[in-house]
Amino acid sequence: MNMLSFDFAGLELCALPSGALWWPSEQRLFVADLHFGKSERLARRGGTLLPPYEVRETLERLEHDVGETGAKELLCLGDSFDDMTCATQMRPAERTRLQTLQGKVDWHWIAGNHDPNAGIGGGIAVLYVGPLVLRHIAEPGSLPAGIAGELSGHFHPKHHVVTRGGRVARRCFLITPSRIILPAYGAYTGGLALSDPAFAPFLTPDSRAILIGGRPIEVPILLREAAQ
Amino acid sequence: MTALPEPLQHWFDQQGWSLHPHQTEMLAQKNAPAKLLIAPTGGGKTLAGFLPTLAELGVSPEPGLHTLYISPLKALAADIKRNLRRPVEEAGLSIRIEDRTGDTSQTQRKRQRADPPHILLTTPESLALLLSYEDAARTFAGLQRVIVDEIHALAESKRGDQLMLGLARLQTLVPDLRRVGLSATVEDPPAIARFLARNPDPCEILTADPGPDPDISMLEVDEAPPWSGGGGRYAIPAILEQVRAHKTTLIFHNTRAQAELFFHSLWLANEDALPIGIHHGSLAREQRIKVEQAMAEGSLRAIVCTGSLDLGIDWGDVDLVIQVGAPKNVKRLVQRIGRANHRYNAPSKALLVPANRFEVVECHAALKAVAEGQLDGEPRGPGPRDVLCQHILITAASGPFDADTLYDEVRSAGAYANLTREEFDDCLNFCATGGYALRAYDRWQRLLQRPDGLWQLRDPRAARQIRMNIGTIIDTETLKVRLKNRRGGTPLGEVEEGFAATLTPGDTFLIGGQIVRYERLNEMTVEVIRRADKEPKIATFMGTKFATSTQLSDTILAMFQQPDWPELPPATRDWLALQRSVSKLPERDRLLVETFPHDGRDHLCVYGFAGRNAQQTLGLLLSQRMQVRGLDPVGFAATDYATLIWGLRPVEDPLPLFAPGQLRADFETWLAGNAVMKRTFRASASVAGLIERNTPGRRKTGRQATFSSDILYDTLHKYDPDHVLMQITREEALRGLVDFGRIEEMLDRTEGRVDHRALPRVTPLAAPLFLEPGRVPVAGAETRDRMVAEAAERLLATAGLQS
Repeated sequence: MNMLSFDFAGLELCALPSGALWWPSEQRLFVADLHFGKSERLARRGGTLLPPYEVRETLERLEHDVGETGAKELLCLGDSFDDMTCATQMRPAERTRLQTLQGKVDWHWIAGNHDPNAGIGGGIAVLYVGPLVLRHIAEPGSLPAGIAGELSGHFHPKHHVVTRGGRVARRCFLITPSRIILPAYGAYTGGLALSDPAFAPFLTPDSRAILIGGRPIEVPILLREAAQ
Repeated sequence: MTALPEPLQHWFDQQGWSLHPHQTEMLAQKNAPAKLLIAPTGGGKTLAGFLPTLAELGVSPEPGLHTLYISPLKALAADIKRNLRRPVEEAGLSIRIEDRTGDTSQTQRKRQRADPPHILLTTPESLALLLSYEDAARTFAGLQRVIVDEIHALAESKRGDQLMLGLARLQTLVPDLRRVGLSATVEDPPAIARFLARNPDPCEILTADPGPDPDISMLEVDEAPPWSGGGGRYAIPAILEQVRAHKTTLIFHNTRAQAELFFHSLWLANEDALPIGIHHGSLAREQRIKVEQAMAEGSLRAIVCTGSLDLGIDWGDVDLVIQVGAPKNVKRLVQRIGRANHRYNAPSKALLVPANRFEVVECHAALKAVAEGQLDGEPRGPGPRDVLCQHILITAASGPFDADTLYDEVRSAGAYANLTREEFDDCLNFCATGGYALRAYDRWQRLLQRPDGLWQLRDPRAARQIRMNIGTIIDTETLKVRLKNRRGGTPLGEVEEGFAATLTPGDTFLIGGQIVRYERLNEMTVEVIRRADKEPKIATFMGTKFATSTQLSDTILAMFQQPDWPELPPATRDWLALQRSVSKLPERDRLLVETFPHDGRDHLCVYGFAGRNAQQTLGLLLSQRMQVRGLDPVGFAATDYATLIWGLRPVEDPLPLFAPGQLRADFETWLAGNAVMKRTFRASASVAGLIERNTPGRRKTGRQATFSSDILYDTLHKYDPDHVLMQITREEALRGLVDFGRIEEMLDRTEGRVDHRALPRVTPLAAPLFLEPGRVPVAGAETRDRMVAEAAERLLATAGLQS
């Protein structure tokens, strides 16, 4: 499979072209910002009627990644549903498909700002997995004692590079020595450029981006460029 | 004949004005249900349109809207208001004249709906907005006449289609409404008449005396024009001399970027400090108004401008028009010349300044066409259905409607006369349920059918959202540019988002004629300071592109076959001779293909002379075939005579690329996945209301909430390929592309007669293509991966890391 492995906090992790993060030794798969039900929510609020296929598409990507990696555990880093109504009112066919997938792996929901009550028991905000802490929104500053790295989502990072054939913008992982911000995984999601001030608290001189959407590829983030 | 009100006639007499024959005629035929007046610019066209209104309103009319005037430009509405108010006020008529555009204040707009003036001057978009209110019937009660100005310009765009659907609606509200269209000289007046009249009613055409032939020639310049480039800067001394010799000169350019560069150079050479201004559509409103006012006061000697001044604004004493760069079609040239000498019966004076050597040839061809009175143009086909979708939503916003009635009403607009019920129902269904194969929105339909059969909005609050998204002009994403100062920044204009993204702090670029230095991006505003310490980059603006007509292309090809060109200036002669010696000149029945490296990429240039649309389609086809052969094409640009494709690998044997077999299959393949389709989809989806450009209370930040329309295109392509919006996208893409048959025919005709020239560098004839705007990206997934990988390596090296 077209993946890129890299070293993070002493662990060997892999970036998948879909935006999932794979931890081979533990057989864990991480995804962020699925935004299930986005088109439904827009329609409910009287807005435009987008093609209602994003749940299918996102499920298809998940099924593919789980199948390819053989993951035993799947961890969703928040904003899995576009709002809580979407979580309870999924179309039957899609709910069945999600449940089938949930039957295959050990599944964990972390709550996000869109779905604060996601998951059984509702609203797990922080999860500790080995030396990693998982939450929806990265917290600036140092990590809790004994923790080597933080995984989060929320910001939908994207980055552009200037190539011989012009400028190419792609969704990306933002990787700093102590944290990874995952790209949005859901089909109907946009991106926020790493140059946006929202990323400033997390950027360090040795931060890297792994561009996805095609073959995953790592690029350094030139701070001057990012600070524009 | 109908008389004018006595005080107005008296005022005219005092001014020493007498009516032109076509003005008298318009007055006499004021009761015609539809009337098209074709008159040259400067022929008192607008007054001719208003005379019947003034005659009917008389000295002290009853309150209520009598005449609605619609123009394509806000500036034009404001200008007409000024010009019309003067005689009305000085003759002491109590006629209220007001304009209503996007610039009109909220209070004023509200009042206008409740208590409309006698004459309301507006734009197609503002009319659509008025029609979307529940009280539209009251606002328009008693309306007698509608005047559509510059109808030839509106008839070429979706704005015109939207307007005609609006008029169909108006006609239902006020059945006796009379329509008047005012048009500049066009090649096919009956087509405009059909566009104007209520289908199938007839529409009489009144053609005014076209006046004397224009006085038009090439500007004599001692210095040779450059090989390529669109600036025309070599001619600045000669142009300045002309400006000095005339009262007011308009200097037209084909693109905004060219106008900026030219203005900058003109200003540097302007040793007498003649007052000169610049005007184009990307400048901030404040800047434009300043120039417009100075112009109206007659305090400017010259204005460097683009198409934003193309339409009938009265600029007073313009006595010379200079066109820099080749006029891409003859009709536009003739209409531009109309700018000069706004006095009827005096010949207009214009000078052509070719910007490079190729354009010398084009200008010669254009002059020949003007002298022979040839106008070019192509018919436009049936009314676009994305506009219809928006119209259905606007109708729903104004209140419940009956589908049968609306269908009949829509077909009374000429462009929609042949719309089938099925096509209409598909659009209605799209507006109501989204029209998806997966019926997902039964609970959340946008439009509901009530028990009495009428359709209405499910959520009345949606009306606001629909109103915020009215219009058919889809802009490229642009960012505002502000000059940083203590007062929070002076607005200068806007640049394309893509251009802004290439700027690094310290870079300089031209805007509004000044060099500014990029400081930073602040909440979607480009902040700059005034500083000219570096060679400026060229800002890109969404420019209007004109297509050279087939007639012009043929004339040019014929010229190429001459053994020599004694009629051309020496530099152009030498240039053509040089092309003949290093490569060859294109011929009608052979296909010239040049390949050469340039700037780190490999290029292939095909001279098909098939017109811009066909050359663009050829670009898509060829790059698709190159992709299949692993030649890694990255992008291409097309002009009316050639297509330039660049990629990561050289094409050593181009012959197989031009084999006619499999062409149609290839055509279908690219149609699905290419950038032109996605661009078209984005425009149609915005017009049809699938993508909302404006949302009430959307936050400025948090741009990750919005996502690219390409995602929607890919989703529909995968899960619902026959969706109505995909059908509309195909209709619209084909409208903008070929005539696919013309390419098959060209390839058949030239098969086995492809002349390949592999050259070490750019050829004289290919050079102008490098400046062509509107480049189409074509890189496939693998090519893009390769590009990104290369860039990543370079970045790693820059950062001092090793990959």
